Amino acid sequence: MSRHTLSVLVENKPGVLARVAALFSRRGFNIDSLAVGPTEHDDISRMTIVVNVEDLPLEQVTKQLNKLVNVLKIVELDTSLSVQRELMLIKVRADGETRSHVLELVQLFRARCVDVVSDAVTIEVTGTPDKLDAFIRVLEPFGIKELVQSGMVAIGRGARSITDRSLRALDRSA
Amino acid sequence: MTERMTGAQALVRALEHVGVDTVFGIPGGAVLPAYDPLYDSTKVRHVLVRHEQGAGHAAEGYAQATGKVGVCMATSGPGATNLVTPIADAYMDSVPIVAITGQVAAPLIGTDAFQEADISGITMPITKHNFLVTEAGDIARTIAEAFHIASTGRPGPVLVDVSKDALQAMTSFSWPPTLQLPGYRPVTRPHSKQIREAARLMAESKRPVLYVGGGVHKARAAAELLRLAELTGIPVITTLMARGTFPDSHPQHLGMPGMHGSVAAVGSLQRSDLVIALGTRFDDRVTGRLDSFAPHAKIVHADIDPAEISKNRHADVPIVGDCREVITELINAVENEHREGRRGDYSAWWTQLNGYKTTYALGYDEPGEGELAPQYVMERLSALVGPDAYYVAGVGQHQMWAAQFIGYEKPGSFINSGGAGTMGFAVPAAMGAKMGRPDSAVWAVDGDGCFQMTNQELATCALEGVPIKVAVINNGNLGMVRQWQTLFYNQRYSNTNLQAVKRIPDFVKLAEAYGCVGLRCERAEDVDATIKKAMEINDVPVVIDFVVHEDAMVWPMVAAGTSNDDIQVARDMAPVWDAEE
Repeated sequence: MSRHTLSVLVENKPGVLARVAALFSRRGFNIDSLAVGPTEHDDISRMTIVVNVEDLPLEQVTKQLNKLVNVLKIVELDTSLSVQRELMLIKVRADGETRSHVLELVQLFRARCVDVVSDAVTIEVTGTPDKLDAFIRVLEPFGIKELVQSGMVAIGRGARSITDRSLRALDRSA
Repeated sequence: MTERMTGAQALVRALEHVGVDTVFGIPGGAVLPAYDPLYDSTKVRHVLVRHEQGAGHAAEGYAQATGKVGVCMATSGPGATNLVTPIADAYMDSVPIVAITGQVAAPLIGTDAFQEADISGITMPITKHNFLVTEAGDIARTIAEAFHIASTGRPGPVLVDVSKDALQAMTSFSWPPTLQLPGYRPVTRPHSKQIREAARLMAESKRPVLYVGGGVHKARAAAELLRLAELTGIPVITTLMARGTFPDSHPQHLGMPGMHGSVAAVGSLQRSDLVIALGTRFDDRVTGRLDSFAPHAKIVHADIDPAEISKNRHADVPIVGDCREVITELINAVENEHREGRRGDYSAWWTQLNGYKTTYALGYDEPGEGELAPQYVMERLSALVGPDAYYVAGVGQHQMWAAQFIGYEKPGSFINSGGAGTMGFAVPAAMGAKMGRPDSAVWAVDGDGCFQMTNQELATCALEGVPIKVAVINNGNLGMVRQWQTLFYNQRYSNTNLQAVKRIPDFVKLAEAYGCVGLRCERAEDVDATIKKAMEINDVPVVIDFVVHEDAMVWPMVAAGTSNDDIQVARDMAPVWDAEE
């Protein structure tokens, strides 16, 4: 099994997320992570889906996704040719004695403190899944009270945009 | 030109504009506004069925007999959920239908209102696409989009759910609307490089076979297929969904592949060095155990749906495209090969295949004294009714016998539920087929189990003047399930006996109660006379209760989960494959 990052451009319409999610479950594929949000174009949403599958089933996933009428385009983003990020908010036990240690780690990981109370701090951090895993490991000894993580978002490196052609298709149909 | 009207009027006008002449349905609360303008339409005939499942299957039968989009209509909640089975059936067999359902008013959606069901959510995995429309102004465009999606690319069912307030609101109507489907672009033109490669392999191969599926007739490519087959001399096998796409009487036809296929057809795949798969999807009922399917063959796979290619079996030459374009291009490419002196020599292959054909021709055991063989009924139907009729089967033993023992010469003349295996398909689908082809004879070939699931549509047929014929192959059992119990469950017949001896119900009386003519036939010597009598009655539907013996089994058989190589021609009888080698 290997991890693949799919960028899926879809029409910004109600129910599209349900269609995509239902397709994955019906065809027996597990989603590792999913993030969805608006793009630079009002009519297009972008989903970033991380799946853990072999190459052959991946081809089948892509073909099935392409059959969804609301799906405009699918691009697999290669890790080395794209920027991939997750966002995490993490609440760590930190009192007068340990706070400075925690803040030192926040600095090292180029994270940010977004809330401080007498016995805890809340930290915002972005990065690749590996970096976030490493950050969790170093914070664990202090006591993690709560943790929330976004799905991965990813964008190709360089000047090219994957939305250009889909925009032209949208313009034609309008 | 723009006109002001209600959403409901816009719906009916849109149906008229896309060319709908027949709608099968049942009204109810949420869809009522649409039924009011439908009452006035002179172009659209609404057929009031007795159960929404019947409406859906009738739309399928209509679509398959005519090639046009079939239409069914139901109200919200249970009306809509009763359409789920036919929609799933149409999805599995790629039948173009549009289902229109009423939905509760938009402000009530999500409140568990009376007769509310999330039908677009429910049908998401069994439709090619579906829509929930809550604005009157979107109705006409959505109908146009639904018909476009259902009928192009790989055909399939599309559901349009319209909220009651959208039907009631005023809107402006203009035609044609602009479709807004930026993500829908089916590929129909095949890649020329792949076509050339396929033609090259056909010339090189020694043991090729054309494995033809339902997509060839859906692309209206039967004539092109005949040309390609005769040009190359390659043997042809037709799947359950393709029966009739290549004439059964043609010497190059080897029969049907699959679980109950002919030895010649199954054997040709297993021994082939090149399988040319056209508009077909390597279904498990055809391949048997996948890892031993056609083990020596390279695969050329042409289909309009890219997701089918290499889904089950890796394609060495993948071709995405409409089968008519694919086959036309293949013919050109093969002619080029011939001009350059490259022509396949399949004479040794044909010697082998003709051996299978003669040694393992279809047959059946003679029944006991005074008993009637179901296969004999099929043979006589085929002989007397002939290849110009449409035959519509349900699901089970009778379906397989209808596929095996009726001779099909015309594309689309056998209509049945293949992928979904929906019992109860035959009667309503035959009704739809007959409405689409009123000048052709339409025979439903049904089992007694299937018949009791949907025979209420006989009332619709009788009242609407749809004189179908129904041959009930009555063995008093859920026969195919019983066959599996015989073979795999030590003859423990758990819940398969329908107790026909008690004649509950009496199918002749039942037919009469529905305003049809009911006939019964229990002996071989009466079969011809009974069929002829039925053929003479053309003003009302006819039901024939063929009482057949319960121990007849469908052979040959590749047991589920086993290899095609383990096909049995009869119980514990395997063919001798390579005696001559």
